[in-house]
Amino acid sequence: MSSAPTMNPVPATDIIRVRDLHKTFHTGDVDVYALRGVDLNVGRGEFLAVIGPSGSGKSTLFHILGGLAPPTSGEVWIDGLALRQLTETQRTEMRQKKVGFVFQKYNLLPTLTARDNIAIAQTLGGSTTRPPDFDEILQLLGIKQRLSHKPRALSGGEQQRVAIARALVNQPAILLADEPTGNLDTENSNAVLEILRDLNKRTRQTILMITHNPEAAAFADRIVAMRDGIIHAA
Amino acid sequence: MINKLVIENLKHRWVRTLLSALVVGVQVMSILTLIGLSHGLLEQSAQRAKGTGADIFLKPDTHGTFSFSGAQINERFVPFVEKQPHVLQAVGVLSVPIEVVNTLNGLNFSEFEKLNGGTQFIAGGPPHGANDLVVDAYYAKQHHLQIGQAVKVMGHDWRLSGIIAGGVLGRFIAPLATLQQLTGNAEPPRISEILVKLDDPALTNQEVTRLNQLLKGNLQAISVADFVSQFNINNIPDLKAFIAVVTVLAVVVGFLVVFLSMYTAVVERTREIGILKALGAKPNTILGILVREAVVLAIVGWVIGLVFTFAARGAIMATIPASLPVVNVPAWWPIAAAIALAGALLGAIYPGWKAARQDTIEALAYE
Repeated sequence: MSSAPTMNPVPATDIIRVRDLHKTFHTGDVDVYALRGVDLNVGRGEFLAVIGPSGSGKSTLFHILGGLAPPTSGEVWIDGLALRQLTETQRTEMRQKKVGFVFQKYNLLPTLTARDNIAIAQTLGGSTTRPPDFDEILQLLGIKQRLSHKPRALSGGEQQRVAIARALVNQPAILLADEPTGNLDTENSNAVLEILRDLNKRTRQTILMITHNPEAAAFADRIVAMRDGIIHAA
Repeated sequence: MINKLVIENLKHRWVRTLLSALVVGVQVMSILTLIGLSHGLLEQSAQRAKGTGADIFLKPDTHGTFSFSGAQINERFVPFVEKQPHVLQAVGVLSVPIEVVNTLNGLNFSEFEKLNGGTQFIAGGPPHGANDLVVDAYYAKQHHLQIGQAVKVMGHDWRLSGIIAGGVLGRFIAPLATLQQLTGNAEPPRISEILVKLDDPALTNQEVTRLNQLLKGNLQAISVADFVSQFNINNIPDLKAFIAVVTVLAVVVGFLVVFLSMYTAVVERTREIGILKALGAKPNTILGILVREAVVLAIVGWVIGLVFTFAARGAIMATIPASLPVVNVPAWWPIAAAIALAGALLGAIYPGWKAARQDTIEALAYE
């Protein structure tokens, strides 16, 4: 990181800590209150599902936790790092080192092969070495034989598994997944969710998954429900 | 890995890439062909001046400026000059501009042959009749001329008596008296310049000084070596300005083409830019990707431009070598590359900046 942002004395077991988080969007003359005071703790190695209907604020929470957007007020610590104090550049660096993203639409670069999609994340993350168990992860994801293919030659399930590999290549502190099964059929959805659960169990990878689907959320260790920008039930 | 992404991006939209590179190539070709033509014309003129065999040229005294104007010297100066010490021979030449870049030269051919030690004829021989004409090999090739054939030049019907190798005085040589009649320079007989051969070429500079003192206000003496050195783009302000205009136009065209190509690419790749930013790409990285793509376009365009330049030269020299003598000027290749690069980089700046400051979340949501 460019400079040393404040470290918070959070319990070593909590990798994500959110306190009274607010996010307001100004669209024209109207203020939209997307988050209205979210409090959340996620333990290291936990697999948490955030469930809620469309417009509940879960995607906004995802963006803030991932360093893609700054909060309006409140505090967020990711692996001890206080996000509110981070500059744009520091948030970019946080995304390189601490967060791995899995999106609903896979978001692979169409001009690169699966192997290169993983490699470019590594390049952008500034790392030269892969996790020691990365081969095992590729095996678990079942994409080892498909790495030389471009996204258009891969099924949706395969693309999402490549996206998971890409998210893990820099050994992030947390894996953020936004509706990772939203574009998949039931069979592929279950396969991806089982992989996430397996990864969590085998490698103690912290996973925070956003979903509107209760069946998908059921794969997590813990589920929290969001509605109208507030976490209602944990 | 970033370089691989750059190449794959360009390959992915290969038609757009190829078209952009082709336009940059045409831009490079335009510059190099123009430069090649300028050098070709000047080199041929210099070669023709050297090919006369003279040591000194005497031209009307125009106060040091170079002139392409016609007859301004009374022919009576020729015997006067010939009587000067160390002057072995003096030959009067009447040069009449025709076909934009060429001249028809009138002279006494037998005297000229003595001056240059004998002209090498590819076909035919010297002019004997009043309407006989000698042309150089470039002109004969371009117009498919045969010895004895009628040739219309300056609206006059000539008979082709001989074809000489290029690089001797000019494209056309005709009897002096006939050309003086045709151009209204017969009474009093006037010429444009006097070619002077010395008995000792080592005395050239000394004799130039002496002749300039002697003929001050009437004629200006210049050694052939100095005269030839004037055939340089830097000595012709209008040509320099023209080249500058073409260069600026080339940069503008390169800028517009690359700008359009990169701008389209940025809009089309909005989501991909969002992905890269989500993965931790900094604005400079995004800008760098676009700049690298523009640099590749410029390099590929430059290579295409070089190939086009050789092809254009080949085509011109095969069809109209007399009208447009083009030479290759390798010294300008890096300059053309710099011009292509400048246009491409200018064209990449705004699209690159736009891409770099794109909001990540909006970009990821782009359909």
